[in-house]
Amino acid sequence: MGDNGAGKSTLVKMIAGNFRPSHGTMRMDGKELILHKPAEARQHGIEIVHQDLALCNNLTAAANVYLGRELRRGLGPLRILDYATMYKRAGQLFAELKSETRPRDLVKQMSGGQRQAVAIARTMLSQAKIVLMDEPTAAISVRQVAEVLNLIRHLRDQGIAVVLISHRMPDVFTVADRVIVMRRGRKVADKTIASSSPEEVTGLITGAIEQV
Amino acid sequence: MALTIDQPIEHKQQSLPARLFASQTFWVVISVILACVFLSFATDAFATSKNLYNITRNITFVAIIALGMTFVIITGGIDLSVGSVLCLSSMILAVTMHAGYSIEVGILASIATALAIGAFNGILIAYLGFPPFVVTLGVLSIARSLAMVASNNTVVFQFGPDHAKLLALGGGAWVFGIANPVLYMILLALITGFILRWTKFGRHIFAIGGNEHAATLTGVPVRKIKVAVYMISALSAGIAGIIQTGWLGAVTTNLGTGMELQVIAATVIGGANLAGGVGTAFGAIVGAALIEVIRNSLGLLGINAFWQGVFIGGAILLAVLFDRIRNFRRSD
Repeated sequence: MGDNGAGKSTLVKMIAGNFRPSHGTMRMDGKELILHKPAEARQHGIEIVHQDLALCNNLTAAANVYLGRELRRGLGPLRILDYATMYKRAGQLFAELKSETRPRDLVKQMSGGQRQAVAIARTMLSQAKIVLMDEPTAAISVRQVAEVLNLIRHLRDQGIAVVLISHRMPDVFTVADRVIVMRRGRKVADKTIASSSPEEVTGLITGAIEQV
Repeated sequence: MALTIDQPIEHKQQSLPARLFASQTFWVVISVILACVFLSFATDAFATSKNLYNITRNITFVAIIALGMTFVIITGGIDLSVGSVLCLSSMILAVTMHAGYSIEVGILASIATALAIGAFNGILIAYLGFPPFVVTLGVLSIARSLAMVASNNTVVFQFGPDHAKLLALGGGAWVFGIANPVLYMILLALITGFILRWTKFGRHIFAIGGNEHAATLTGVPVRKIKVAVYMISALSAGIAGIIQTGWLGAVTTNLGTGMELQVIAATVIGGANLAGGVGTAFGAIVGAALIEVIRNSLGLLGINAFWQGVFIGGAILLAVLFDRIRNFRRSD
């Protein structure tokens, strides 16, 4: 958590391989991690749900899930798109997320919650260890927020670590286990949700509480 | 979970008749059929094998390039250079064969020229970030000028030792009396349809047109694909140029002048969206067919040829109007 300009998105972009850290190191499972581009982060099991979701409205849910990683099968010497498997697998992913999204529906016809499900299902294609979510509830209606928070819980239930970037206090205290607060580019707190409170976190964000 | 307002709409769009009625291509097909039926009764000349042979063959040149243009338009781009590329490719073929080389060498030189121009367009657009409209507008001028340089602005009508082969290639009718260009068109349409529907490349083209930023973020090689689509567009112009040269038996430097507009019109009438993300091979062919049927019918009905532009322009506006109405309904 943190105010605008606290450095949350910059941190996410470094973990995602978009930016190089100017100093310091990143470690994953105890090993140092040096990322030059987003594809390398993906290889290490780091997946991102972008704030704008990075969806193509003119394509189906399944096509969006598999965008850039389309499955193909052999047709003689040719390799053609394997629609059947992609629809089936996308349907399974939506079921795992307890989402009613249908693989063959076009994204442009979907609600905000369903669109989130598509973007999240995309991260589950590979054996993701960490999923970074940048403000997933920033631009959607109240009812859909509950839907998205459920998606995050289902992702956690698959054994995936979710890093949720947010400045919505209720979201964080509903789904998170641990809260890290940033202010002006620095970490000012790292606490379990159980040992903290919205009031304390608000104080840390604004600077009323210096550091804990 | 509560039923959202989207769900009934989705169901409606999934039934086959509803999907057909919502398809612009479907209505263009209906228009073409109605026009043909009407013309068969209204005139004696329309439903003759000679006239149908002419119509189908005339469709092909615009249609073949419209197939290539469809790739570009689906990515959200535009290629204004195709008319000039057609001319330059034809001229390279003509000049090469006139100089005594075989038809194979001529075709190879011609195709290579087209591909080089397509790559030039694509690299400027994809890697240097030039707007497609401006790049291809410039190349429209450059390519035609090069055709004039290559031929010294003369008409070439002698094609060396393989003269007869070239004329047979474009002017013959090898299978069931169907004009050869029509066969090439059908073959190319099938290939185009296959690529768009069944390949990863085709899928990525639609993704770029739908949301280029998303395509980049998810690892689609956006730049390479953009270069490829402009090469395909130029290639289709080159192929049309070769066939047209064989059919006409002569190449002038004003060949294909203004053709880019007919091609874009055919693509748009057939349902492609200039904003990107939408388009089909079938639509391109049907759009080209509607334009040709309009032209042909005006002639047969004895309407002054000057009116052609009004009718073709009207068809473009109608097609786009149709698309707008659909969008209004959706946003309601």
